[in-house]
Amino acid sequence: MLQYTVRRLVIAIPTLLLISLVIFLLLELAPGDPMAQMPLTIPPEVRQQMREALGLGDPTYIRFGKWLWQFFVVEPLHLLDIVFGTSFAEGQQRVISWQTRSPVMDIVAQRIPQTLWVVGVAYIVAILIALPIGIYSAYRQYSWFDQAGTFVTMVGFSVPPFFSGVLVIVIFSVTLGWFPSIYDTTHSVTDWDSFVYQLRQMFLPVMVLALQITSQLSRFMRSSMLDNLNQDYVRTARAKGLSERVVVLVHVLRNSLIPVVTVIALGVPSIFGGAIITEQVFKVNGIGQLLITAIYANDLPMVQTLVFIFAILIVLFNLIADVLYGILDPRIRYD
Amino acid sequence: MKTRTALLGAAAAVAFAPAAMAERGSDGHVNIIYWQAPSIMSPYLSGGTKDIEAASMVIEPLGRYTETGEMVPFLAEEIPTVENGGVSEDLTSITWKLKPGLLWSDGTPVTSADVVFTAEYCMHPEGGCAQGAKFDGVETVEAIDDLTVTVTFTGPKPVPYGPFMGGQSPIIQAAQFADCLGANAPSCTEANFYPIGTGPFRVTDFKPNDVIEMEANPNYRDPAKPAFATVTFKGGGDAAAAGRAVLETGEFDYAWNLQLAPDVLQSMAAAGQGEAISAFGTLVERIEVNLTDPSSSLPEGERSTVAHPHPFLTDLNVRKALSMAIDRDLLVEIGYGQAGRATCNLVPNPALFASDNTDCLTQDLEGAKALLEEAGYVDTNGDGVREKDGVELSVLYQTSTNAVRQDFQALIKQWWEEIGVQTELRNIDASVFFGGDPGSPDTFQKFYADVEMYANNFDGTDPQAYLAAYRCGNEPKPATGWQGENINRYCDPEYDALLDELARTAVIEERAEIAIKLNEMLTKESYTIIPLVDRGRVSARSNTLGGVVLNTWDSELWNVADWYRIDG
Repeated sequence: MLQYTVRRLVIAIPTLLLISLVIFLLLELAPGDPMAQMPLTIPPEVRQQMREALGLGDPTYIRFGKWLWQFFVVEPLHLLDIVFGTSFAEGQQRVISWQTRSPVMDIVAQRIPQTLWVVGVAYIVAILIALPIGIYSAYRQYSWFDQAGTFVTMVGFSVPPFFSGVLVIVIFSVTLGWFPSIYDTTHSVTDWDSFVYQLRQMFLPVMVLALQITSQLSRFMRSSMLDNLNQDYVRTARAKGLSERVVVLVHVLRNSLIPVVTVIALGVPSIFGGAIITEQVFKVNGIGQLLITAIYANDLPMVQTLVFIFAILIVLFNLIADVLYGILDPRIRYD
Repeated sequence: MKTRTALLGAAAAVAFAPAAMAERGSDGHVNIIYWQAPSIMSPYLSGGTKDIEAASMVIEPLGRYTETGEMVPFLAEEIPTVENGGVSEDLTSITWKLKPGLLWSDGTPVTSADVVFTAEYCMHPEGGCAQGAKFDGVETVEAIDDLTVTVTFTGPKPVPYGPFMGGQSPIIQAAQFADCLGANAPSCTEANFYPIGTGPFRVTDFKPNDVIEMEANPNYRDPAKPAFATVTFKGGGDAAAAGRAVLETGEFDYAWNLQLAPDVLQSMAAAGQGEAISAFGTLVERIEVNLTDPSSSLPEGERSTVAHPHPFLTDLNVRKALSMAIDRDLLVEIGYGQAGRATCNLVPNPALFASDNTDCLTQDLEGAKALLEEAGYVDTNGDGVREKDGVELSVLYQTSTNAVRQDFQALIKQWWEEIGVQTELRNIDASVFFGGDPGSPDTFQKFYADVEMYANNFDGTDPQAYLAAYRCGNEPKPATGWQGENINRYCDPEYDALLDELARTAVIEERAEIAIKLNEMLTKESYTIIPLVDRGRVSARSNTLGGVVLNTWDSELWNVADWYRIDG
C-alpha cells in the first residue's frame, strides 16, 4: 500500500506541472485585459504603462517560468520563514495579485477560515442529515418517507443557490428579520454571545449549501444501501436470527458506506474551493468569491494560483479516496 | 451586529445634542456597503472607482469638487486662480499653499515635501501610475517653503487643476512611501493597504476585496469631526443585495451605485428603511457612429480605418435619421428611471458647459423616413430595407453584455427597422469589449461594426481633454496598436482649430462657449455621436444617516467627515 501511495505521489508531480501549464496557457489565450474594469477616463498610454508595471510586457514563457519559481520556491520558503522565523525568502518576489498588488497567498490564507467555517460546516451538517435519510429511505423503499425524501432531494438538487439563497434572505432576513443577510467577516468569536451571533450569520448560507449537498449524498447512500440489501449475505445474516437493527446498521451499512466514503472524500476539495454563488449571495467573501472577482478583474496570477491549488487538492483527495477504498474494502488490493 | 446596534443606541442616547455640535466619535458606528469590493487603498495603483472612493476616506487632495462641481479647498488654504495670484498670468504655473498645522494620522506634520513626493511617485516612469493623466504636462513640482508648492507646466495650462485636485489625486505621506517608488510600488503592501492620511478616518483592518475597518483619525483637522467613531466598509455581492441591505433590512447605512432596474429600486424603497438618492454627472450613454468601413471584405489592418470611408454612414442624413427614430424618454423609463435623463448632448453637465440642445428629444419616425427618402434611400426591391446605388442600409450594432444595454438594443433595432434600416445586434463581454487587446477583433476601439453603444464620462468639471479625444488623427489605428480615443474616426479641421483655441483660453465663460460649440459639432450638427441618456448615480442611504451629499464630481464619500446619526 505504501509503495502504491508513493508511486501515485510521484506520478502526481508531472501531472500537476502539466496542469499548471494548461491553466496558464488557457488564461493566456482567453480574451480579456486587467485594465478592462478601469474607467474609460484613463487614457490608453497610461493603461499601457500600467500593464507593463504588472509585468505583462514579458513574453509568455518568462512569465510562466517566473510564476513556477514564485509558487514552488518562494512561497514555500516564505512559509518556512513564518513558521521558523528564518529569512530564506527575504527580498524574493512572491506571487503578487494584480488587483491588490499584494501577495496572493496572504489573501488566500485570510479567506480560508471564512470558507472553512461556512462550507465546511455545511458539508458536515449535510453528511449528518444525508446518511440517516439515505439509510431509512432504502430500508423502506417506496414508503411515504422514501417518496417524500426523493421529492425533497430532487428539489434541493435542482434549485440553484442564486434562487434559494435570495429566497431564504427574503423570507428570513427581510420579512422575518431573524438572520442577517450579509455575513460579517470581521466578526470574531470571543464569548457566548458572539458565538451565537456567528451561528446566526452562518445559518442561512449553511442551510442553502447543506440542502444541495444533502440531496446528492442521500441519493448516493440510498442507492448504495439498495445494492447491498438484496445480497446473499444479508439473507444469511437474517437466517442466522440477527435482529433487523444489527442486519441493517452493522452488516449492510458498513458495506454500503464504502462507495459513499469515497464520494465524501472526493468532495472535500470543493470545501476549499468554496461555493462561488452562495458566497456571493451572502457576502461570505471566501475563496469562491475571491476566485470569481479575480476572474472578472482578469487578475491572472490570482486565478492561476487558486485554480492550481484546487488542482493539487483534487489530485491529493483522489489519491486519498483510492487509499481509503483499499483500507475499507479488504477485497481491493493495489500491490 | 447586535452588539453594534446596542452600542449605537447607547451612543445615540448619550449624544442627544444636535448632530452638528456632536463630538468626534460620538455617533458610534457606521456601515457602508460597496458591491464592488475595494482591492487597494491607493488611487495611484488602481483606477477603479471603488478603490478611489474607499481611499478618499483616508487620504485627501488639496482641493475637491462639491456636488455642484465647484472647487473647494481641503488641505489647501484656498483654490489658486489667476485672480488671487495663485495661477501665473501666462498660465504655466500654479502655486498651492497648505493649511498651517495639518497633521498626518501618525501625528507628524504635513509639509510641501509630501506634495512634491506625491507628484514624484505618480510621475515615476516605471510606476504604472493609474492617474498619470492628471500629471500630464507637468514639468516640475517644487517646494517653495514648508507649506508652499509650485507646479510648473511645460506650456500654458488654462485648467491647471489636474494634480492634487479631486479624489483621484490625493496627497500621500513621503515618509511612508519613500521606498515605494517606481517598480517597487506593488511591493509596498503595508503602505498600500494602510496608508497614513489626513482624512477623517484611518484604516485599522484591511481585507482586500472583502472588508475595511476604520476608526476616526485622532489628528483630523476639525476636532469635532468625524461624528462616527468607527466604520465598516463592506464589499462584494451585487447591487441588488447592497440595495436590500440598506433599504429593506437596514443592516447597512449607505450603499453605493445601485445600478438596478427602476421598478426593483422602487419596491425596495417601499420598505421604508431608507431612500434612494440620485445625482447627475457627465456619464452619457451614447451610440457612436463609425465613419469608416468596417466591412469584413477589407483586408485586416484596413478595416475600420480612415483609408475606407463608410459606404452610407458618412451621409449626414442617414445619421440624423437614426437619431430621429429613437424615443429617448422611453429608453430612460425602461432602463434607468430616476437615474437617467434623456439627453442630446455629449457634455450634459456642469450646467455652464451644457448646450441647450434639445431637438432630438422628440421621436420622429415619419420625419426620419422622409429624410431618408429625400436623400435617395428608397426600398426598391420590397424587402423592407432601403438602399441607394445598390448599397443596402444595413448596420451591425454592438455593445457590451449588460441587461439594460440589450433592452436598448432591442428597442432601437425595432425603431430603425421601422424606418427601413436593417439592424443586426451583437453583444460582447465587457472585459473584452473594453479590454483594449489589440489582438481581439471585438474591442470598442477596433470598432468592427457600424454603430456601437457604451457610456463614457470625464473627470472633474472641465471637458477639454474629453472633447480633445475627437481630434483628427487620434483615432485607433493599426499604427498605434489600435489605441486612440477618437472612436468615430471623426475628422474636421474646424473642430481641431476650436480645440486649439480652447487650450489657449482661460476665462471660464469663454471656455464654456467654445466647449458648447464643440459639443454641438459632434452631436446636433453632425450626429457623429448620438447621445441617448445622461446617466446619474443612484445610491441609497438609511433614514438614520444624516449629512450625505451625493457628489458625482468627486468621490461619493467626499464629505464623510460631516456624516452623522439621526436619532430615532
